[in-house]
Amino acid sequence: MKKQLESRRFVIAMIFLAVGVIYVARLFYVQVLDDHYKLDADNNVLRRIVKYPARGLVYDRNGKLLVFNEAAYDLMVTPKRIQEPFDTLAFCRLIGIDKADFIEKIDKAKKYSRYKASIFEKEISAKGYAKIQEQLFNYPGFFVQTRTLRSYPQQTAAHVLGYVGEVNAKKVADDPYYKSGDQLGISGIEKSYENALRGKRGVERVLVDVFNREKGKFMEGAYDSSAISGSKLQLTLDNELQQYGELLMQNKKGSIVAIEPKTGEILALISAPTYDPNLLVGRARSSNYKTLTQDTLNPLFNRAIMAKYPPGSTFKSINALIGMQEGVLSPNTYYSCNQGYYFAGRKMGCHVHRSPVNLVYSIETSCNAYYCNVFRSIIEKYPTAAEGYLAWRDYVTKFGLGQKTGIDIPNELEGFVPGTDYYDRYYGEGRWKALTILSLAIGQGELGFTPLQMANMTATIANRGYSISPHLVKSISDEPLVLIDSTLERRETGINQEHFKEVVEAMAKVVKQGTGTLAKLDSIEVCGKTGTVQNPQGDDHSTFIAFAPKNDPKIALSVYVENGVWGSRWAAPIAGLMVEKYLNDTIAENRKWIEKRMLEGVLIANSAEEEE
Amino acid sequence: MMLFGWLNIYAAVYNEEFQSIFDTSQRYGKQLLWIGTATLLGAVILFIDERFFATFGYLIYGIIILLLITVILVGSETKGATSWFAIGGFKIQPSEFSKFATNLALAKYLSTINIRLDHLKTKLAAAAIIGLPAVLILLQNDTGSALVYGAFIFVLYREGLSGNFLLIGLFAAVLFVITLLLQDVTLTLPFELTLSGASLLIMVIFILLTSIYFASRQKKKIVIWLGMILIASVGLIKSVDYVFSNVLEPHQSKRINVLLGLESDPQGAGYNVNQSLIAIGSGGFSGKGYLEGTQTKYDFVPEQSTDFIFCTIGEEWGFIGSFLIVGLFMTFLLRILFLCSRQRSAFARIYGYGVAAIFFFHFAINIGMTIGLAPVIGIPLPFFSYGGSSLWGFTILLFVFIKMDADRLEVL
Repeated sequence: MKKQLESRRFVIAMIFLAVGVIYVARLFYVQVLDDHYKLDADNNVLRRIVKYPARGLVYDRNGKLLVFNEAAYDLMVTPKRIQEPFDTLAFCRLIGIDKADFIEKIDKAKKYSRYKASIFEKEISAKGYAKIQEQLFNYPGFFVQTRTLRSYPQQTAAHVLGYVGEVNAKKVADDPYYKSGDQLGISGIEKSYENALRGKRGVERVLVDVFNREKGKFMEGAYDSSAISGSKLQLTLDNELQQYGELLMQNKKGSIVAIEPKTGEILALISAPTYDPNLLVGRARSSNYKTLTQDTLNPLFNRAIMAKYPPGSTFKSINALIGMQEGVLSPNTYYSCNQGYYFAGRKMGCHVHRSPVNLVYSIETSCNAYYCNVFRSIIEKYPTAAEGYLAWRDYVTKFGLGQKTGIDIPNELEGFVPGTDYYDRYYGEGRWKALTILSLAIGQGELGFTPLQMANMTATIANRGYSISPHLVKSISDEPLVLIDSTLERRETGINQEHFKEVVEAMAKVVKQGTGTLAKLDSIEVCGKTGTVQNPQGDDHSTFIAFAPKNDPKIALSVYVENGVWGSRWAAPIAGLMVEKYLNDTIAENRKWIEKRMLEGVLIANSAEEEE
Repeated sequence: MMLFGWLNIYAAVYNEEFQSIFDTSQRYGKQLLWIGTATLLGAVILFIDERFFATFGYLIYGIIILLLITVILVGSETKGATSWFAIGGFKIQPSEFSKFATNLALAKYLSTINIRLDHLKTKLAAAAIIGLPAVLILLQNDTGSALVYGAFIFVLYREGLSGNFLLIGLFAAVLFVITLLLQDVTLTLPFELTLSGASLLIMVIFILLTSIYFASRQKKKIVIWLGMILIASVGLIKSVDYVFSNVLEPHQSKRINVLLGLESDPQGAGYNVNQSLIAIGSGGFSGKGYLEGTQTKYDFVPEQSTDFIFCTIGEEWGFIGSFLIVGLFMTFLLRILFLCSRQRSAFARIYGYGVAAIFFFHFAINIGMTIGLAPVIGIPLPFFSYGGSSLWGFTILLFVFIKMDADRLEVL
């Protein structure tokens, strides 16, 4: 018995040892094998504090500040720290929200985390902040975090600059750079140059204790990085010209695009009606955005790069150039015009002018019959209409028409030049000919070009045969875009330079004594071409293309004024004023009356929606 | 005196650990005072004749019992437990000393000549000696300390208590856990019969016992036993639910649930263990280095100077440190067992086993809970956790045994 009990100490020792071995094994597993406790420990104790960089500033071509950052304040809340009693009513009054809002926001914050701070009310202005700050100490759990908002001191070029907004869930999932709640460019320059503008975020790692109190930097800040501000952008826009254009286009629908022909730099890009870019900033953004989307005039729609208009008679210059290059037209080609062009029992009408007509006069007076003949001779030079059409179409596309210009803001549309398949479908294969599609001769019919494409086309004429990719940014951090952006290119039309001489001459005459005399300046020789775009939904659209000075063009532009009827009535004088403003800086006294008439003109009463 | 050496090592490690947590030396300073007095106490004990303890065993026990009763009536309350006498700036916890007293009394009783544990009367008396202070401590709302008295089952076992008690205890614990795990399980059988987890368990036990019956040769002898086990099992299984929701306090049942993985509540009941595991786990193989523990330094682990002291070791010294501590305790415990077996007097031997059992229980539960292997029961890790009473208590407990060991040749 005694002996037996004696041996029991081994049983006890075995139990002790077993527990010891189990513990050591468990410790080995927890400490050495399993890594997730180490991560948990870091999550416990390390807080990454993101240092947001200042977004890059944007200047115009003359160094005028267009976009800067303004301090704004986010009201943050840590639900766990809110103390009773809490005067909800007074608090709501202070912030300017109602009780239902308050409950909703608190619930949202609690859902995110009771222990971590989240945004309660976003982007409070400096003024609102001053008021809140005085009272905030009464409400533990709430504090204010500063951040920056975009501000647009010139209140101009909304469509070019675009706006900044909160990143959406999809982007957060796709791009690891962005975290929920981050700001990024949503349209315009803000979007297309997001990477340059956003700068580089910095990170600070701090140690915190269980109550989330900061206890100092992790590893003395060895892994911290400071925020690097976004790059400074200089735009090609001329702020004064842009603002002046917007002023001229007030109370009208349409677009002006002005390009420096030699460089492809866009001097002004106006879509009317426009809006103040400051509307799409901060707290009021969503409500203002909604108002803008509901506006029947569609101010958010960037007509300059998205609206498709037929070119109208301005296109005659192009058909003249194609005709000469194809050898079916010479400066001395005469066609007669008897108030129109008669074919197959039908008539393409024309206004009263002298006849017969040569090339220069045809442009000057905008003769329809002349271009019916020219177009027909181009198409009929080839065995089949389809081949002829394709040859013609090839020239048109070389002018950058019916295809994206590659401008450096998003959402540009291609425009439209029908392919042969389009007519095959419409008329049947081989069942259409030059006369069937004769409206193309005078820039009507199915053609649809954006104002930007038209301006680019005008720049091509001004350059006598080539264009440079139109673009809006001149330099990033003082480094010229031409050196950075390899997509900028010189595009040739394949039309010999000498053919431009007659067309340019004719366009000068248009302004001097033809349909575009309201664009005539005393000091500078302006070349232009009027156009009247047939509009089945309402009054025709008034259009004008122009460049100046004639022999050393510094500006080329296209103007569209919806429902402005003749090109000579609205588009030509506006184009003239733009040229004068840009080149002379002031409007001559003898032309002030034109300016006044343009500024006062109201063309939005009859606002049928024509553009798609 | 190897034991003395180990103790010094303990004290040294202990000191350093405390510096690591308490740079502001308030607790650290106090603890140093406790250590000083404890050492003194140990020294004093070494001068007291071993027979003093044998003679006055019951008296000491009686005084302690009185103190335990008094503390319930006039003691100060900390964290829901009324276990402290506040004297000046210091607090004394009589329950820490009652382990020593109980052990003494038990040893004295069991070493009395002609006492044999296979008598029912003896069993009951021993149970009473152990049970009385345990119940009193339970009344103080200090469940953890009361549970320590369960450790005396090792002593009783060594002194002749049938091994079946250990097995039955083990079996009951296993059944308890299985029942909890199965409480949400419902088996759907054909013919629209459903079977709850508990019924399933009973069926399994029944089948098991029946097969034992048929496999056994002495059918008549075993049938009563098997029957009793069956009835006890059924009773236990059926009462688990009741005990769990009515007898245990909500936080206790929750802690058990968390331990079993039935409930995950990292912010609530599971917070201690989760944070403790994070701290220990983040220590890695070699630890973050002395004073570099971020989890413990920044208070993520609750009660880290007392019950969760092991986290600091685990985090700052890594696996090496914690392995060393476990190893030290193992050596220490086995050493005590070895010393016990060479005692000539039954009194010293029994007392020694009591010492080993108490230390073992503290060690197993304390470290076990920090690594998620034992339920969270607030008892200190001997010689590591902050707390004067416990340090004094353990010192007395241990040094009395050392003294006994030193005097073993004089006895008899």
